Amino acid sequence: MQAVLLIDFGSTYTKVTVVDLDAEIILGTARAGTTIETNIMEGMKAALAQIPEPIGGWKFVRKLACSSAAGGLKMIASGLVKELTAEAARRAALGAGARVLEVFSYELSPKDLDRIVVSKPDILLLAGGTDGGNKEVILKNAELLSNLPISLPVVIAGNKVVAAQAEEMLRKQHNPVVVADNVMPDLGVLSVESARLAIREVYLSHIIKAKGLDKAEEYLERIMMPTPSAVLSAAELLAQGEGSEPGWGELMIVDVGGATTDVHSVAKGDPSKPSVMLKGLPEPYVKRTVEGDLGMRYSSEALVEIAGRRLMDYLGWTEEQVSGQLELLKENPWRIPQTGEEAKFDVAMGRMAVGLAVDRHAGTIEVVYTPFGASYIQNGKDLTPLTVVIGTGGVLLHHPDPAEILKGTVFNPQEPTILKPQNPAFFLDKEYILAAMGLLREVSPQIALRMMKKYIVKL
Amino acid sequence: MEQKTVVLGVIGSDVHAVGNRILDFAFTQAGFKVINIGVLATQEEFIHSAIETNADAILVSSLYGHGEMDCRGLREKCQEKGIGDIIMYVGGNLVCGKQEFESVKERFLAMGFNRVYPPGTLPDLPIEDLRKDLGMTIN
Ligand code: B12
Repeated sequence: MQAVLLIDFGSTYTKVTVVDLDAEIILGTARAGTTIETNIMEGMKAALAQIPEPIGGWKFVRKLACSSAAGGLKMIASGLVKELTAEAARRAALGAGARVLEVFSYELSPKDLDRIVVSKPDILLLAGGTDGGNKEVILKNAELLSNLPISLPVVIAGNKVVAAQAEEMLRKQHNPVVVADNVMPDLGVLSVESARLAIREVYLSHIIKAKGLDKAEEYLERIMMPTPSAVLSAAELLAQGEGSEPGWGELMIVDVGGATTDVHSVAKGDPSKPSVMLKGLPEPYVKRTVEGDLGMRYSSEALVEIAGRRLMDYLGWTEEQVSGQLELLKENPWRIPQTGEEAKFDVAMGRMAVGLAVDRHAGTIEVVYTPFGASYIQNGKDLTPLTVVIGTGGVLLHHPDPAEILKGTVFNPQEPTILKPQNPAFFLDKEYILAAMGLLREVSPQIALRMMKKYIVKL
Repeated sequence: MEQKTVVLGVIGSDVHAVGNRILDFAFTQAGFKVINIGVLATQEEFIHSAIETNADAILVSSLYGHGEMDCRGLREKCQEKGIGDIIMYVGGNLVCGKQEFESVKERFLAMGFNRVYPPGTLPDLPIEDLRKDLGMTIN
């Protein structure tokens, strides 16, 4: 037996997964409360203790971890135009597994700078200007940032012509300051890989220590990445395959949490029909979006407001019925449904959260009429041909009817401009192993892939 | 001399792509860096592209007859976004049907375009004009 210990230090729970590399099976999974205040290892050991130990004790050949504890990887990004370099910077940060607190555009205002000081992001990502394009704004922002009263890690990924100059200015106050390639080297070209690597580098070299997570590294090999990165990596592996082991092809993963809903797609998203023109920023092949206003537990009020009519139509309820149920949930967000009606409401909320999150993640199509027929413009990814939709996250795993919630991901003929999967099959990450498999990919990608194919079940 | 950058596109719901490709080719040959945002370009796309790339000029095409409606307010938005002084040219079949070009030109100049070109203009003339307007020629 070659046992491997995989740990996810989450914000609430520390989850451990023990796998046997030879048999390619899960030996056990368990969780315990995360203990960041005292010693992060206590929670981990409490979780591990729940898994029956073999005679002679555990002899782990690898011990790997990811973390979203202590607030996760908090980032603030800044760019020039909101829809261009600021958006590119946001995508780079999301792709690196960050929790993006803010995205600023144009010159940073005194208010923006205050927000940076108050929220103390773990990393600041500074973009702006295509290569050879606008120089003034990124330089001005570097100057403004060099006058902040606090020191922060900064990654610069803007106009390469002035990157070194910005670096020099920022070094006066900040540490480390790392220069990556421009997130938008040319207009409409998205290039986030270098920034992503720079962010990960800074995470490994500075952030883990700053958060007190390095205590874990005395016992473990190392904390390798933020948890969302591990999930993205697993998603990519499962879609693409590894060597002779085929993957499942293009797919979507939806993670419904108490306060947020994350959507990941691994798909090119090119138009699936002829005579469709692509517009807007190109999309990353592995794309992650995080909806902070769409949780099933802590943001129910906001969710009801955004979903509006759709929710009532789905439930066939009156406004009074909805607000009555909301009151109950406000008292206890984790209230267990007591009646059939309450259970229906719970499903409806999940379905709305998923539906809206995927609406925002998926691309849209617009029609332009000419006397020679209609022309189409697509913005974002066309996900209509996707056949695999996977649900993960605490809420879905413990829910009696995850498939009904996942139906929110499906194309809605009443909203034909939103390019959601038309006819997908639903799967559930029943053992909650995606993050762990993202970690295992670092050492045994084929095994990680085969285990996902085995343990992620069709609904 | 530093390479000059122009943003080129066909404004509004206009899909006429041939002239756009010819202009892209001609301006590139003439030594400009052409940021071609293609057909179906919105006013915002012109402006945002010009800001990020620090462009020296915006070249707007309109072929399908709705140019007046599509171009209105573009200069004001540029001013709002901090690039109010950028050079803007417009050309193509700017208005519906046969109208006297002088009056068409007047209207587009009043909208804040620096130069207005009649239907069928070949690229040589605007290239020369732009060199002049950007101070690239000695005269
Ligand atoms: C091909 C064509 C189409 C094709 C376009 C295919 C494509 N994707 O490119 C299709 C069939 C789709 C089409 C559709 C329509 N078209 Co059409 N089309 C033409 C046609 C025959 C040729 C256009 C062309 O490619 N010219 C060749 C290029 C090289 O020339 P150009 O575009 O004018 O560009 C040159 C100059 O004008 C100049 N230039 C252009 N822009 C600028 C900008 C600046 C700053 C400068 C300096 C110079 C400059 O430089 C270019 C190079 O020299 C013209 C008629 C004609 N002969 O011009 C009608 C024409 C443009 N279309 C016309 C119309 C009305 C339409 C439609 C509304 C419906 C219809 N009745 O056909 C739709 C509109 C669709 C839409 N939403 O845009 C009218 C416009 C009338 C008007 N403005 O008053 C025209 C003039 C035909 C006509 N006489 O009625 N069309």
